[in-house]
Amino acid sequence: MLKIKNINTYYGQVHALKNVSLHLSAGEIVTLIGANGAGKTTLLNSMSGIVPPRSGEILFYDVPINNLAAHQIVKMGISQVPEGRQIFKPLSVEDNLGLGAYLYHRRKGEKEQIKKTVAMVYELFPILKERKNQLAGTLSGGELQMLSIGRALMARPKLLLLDEPSMGLAPMIAQEIFRVIVNLSRENKTTILLVEQNARAALKMAHRGYVLETGRLILEGMAADLLENKEVQRAYLGKDKKEIWER
Amino acid sequence: MDNFRQLTQYVLSGLSNGAIYALIGFGFAIIHNATGIINFAQGEFVMLGGMLTVFFLVFCGFPLLPAIVLSILIATVAGITFERLAIRPLKDAKPIRLIIITIGASIFIRGAAMLIWGKDTHALPAFSGNEPLYIAGATIMPQHLWIFGITILVIIFSRLFFNHSIIGKAMRACAYNAQAASLVGIDVKIMVMLSFAISAAIGSLAGIIIAPLTMTSFDVGIMLGIKGFCAVIIGGMSSGLGTVLGGLLLGLLEALGAGFISASYKDAIAFIVLLLILFLRPEGLFGKKETERV
Repeated sequence: MLKIKNINTYYGQVHALKNVSLHLSAGEIVTLIGANGAGKTTLLNSMSGIVPPRSGEILFYDVPINNLAAHQIVKMGISQVPEGRQIFKPLSVEDNLGLGAYLYHRRKGEKEQIKKTVAMVYELFPILKERKNQLAGTLSGGELQMLSIGRALMARPKLLLLDEPSMGLAPMIAQEIFRVIVNLSRENKTTILLVEQNARAALKMAHRGYVLETGRLILEGMAADLLENKEVQRAYLGKDKKEIWER
Repeated sequence: MDNFRQLTQYVLSGLSNGAIYALIGFGFAIIHNATGIINFAQGEFVMLGGMLTVFFLVFCGFPLLPAIVLSILIATVAGITFERLAIRPLKDAKPIRLIIITIGASIFIRGAAMLIWGKDTHALPAFSGNEPLYIAGATIMPQHLWIFGITILVIIFSRLFFNHSIIGKAMRACAYNAQAASLVGIDVKIMVMLSFAISAAIGSLAGIIIAPLTMTSFDVGIMLGIKGFCAVIIGGMSSGLGTVLGGLLLGLLEALGAGFISASYKDAIAFIVLLLILFLRPEGLFGKKETERV
């Protein structure tokens, strides 16, 4: 469904993504792992139109989207759950979800569907329903993450980009979030691109994975194979540390 | 008794001036929240409102209501044009550069108004006559009632708009976090343009309803703009209700100071208050400090 061909993205003078190519098939969970500063967030932002690539091409269902503005890409069916949640804190939980469905507000006959989607989000995250009239600024970190995912789902995306959804969360809550992500893929058939610090958890959920290092994709493969890969284990899973000098 | 009557008089006229300052301050706050810049051309929209209405009413002989509506429309278009021509092309510019551009634009608009309409001061007839009403021993002009009424309507309307309409909520979302807003599909550029349109409309409306009391000319925008800026600084940029209270407070202080101390200090009072607030409580009397829960 999505093909990225040789994109190069810059932040000012910094060459953040170097000839990156990847593809996603409908229904997959694909994870992107890499160290801090490797360019994972940049890659998501290039796909979302926040930092458009300077060269290369991004095709979504064979339509080039690399020249579209961020709000147009949401209309195409790609939603990002940004790093750090980026919730509208002065607004209520319900209003945040309502804004998630912003692209439908001018279309007729969407009210019912929007209500259904809200109900679906509340079913995924019952705590949000309890807090629906609270200002989003009063939520805890886990609840903010749930709201951020819920808000992205309100646009009914075909492809969901998740940037570090477990960051700063207690392990129990992170587990809960991961469970929902797997559910979304299984039941809603949403395609998911997941950026995660917790590489092990990400690879266990995902079908395939890519490894990004200083702006280049250095490895790709089935998630199960990557879990077994010696390089990946050493660099991202914290295994075999001793063996480097024991060998 | 005489003193009391005087006091009521000052309070009434102070509140009506304050309502105008609040409306102008509203315009500052809306643009500031959407873009992070202070639009120093805000006063010129106020001037445009008054001058255009005089032009249509007195020179073209239009009836009052069409003249007002037309003036607000033209001022709104001027606001949108200003955003398109002077603000949007510099999309990544730092706020300070944009602020300087707004100062330039205000000089330009003022100069153009002077060339078109001359340097004369014009009076706009009051909306419903000049027969004073007597309230608690003080006289009040019907125009004051118009000012109070319209200000209250604008406040109610903007509260409904920003709290209950999806577009209003989208504008607040943009103000809080433009990048996140674009990620839910909101076109941030449209929202910025809309903020200029609304500010220009409210500003010109303020200029129209005050013109029958204070007269209008090509350069009224400077002082009214600064007073509106004081109102929003007193109230705090982040708080809509704060801006209203800030405007009313400023109007009251001015009127009382002018009445009991000396009329020549009227404008100085606004600046003293502005400086005090900036020194002692830069976030405004009613503004909230950003607090973050992690």
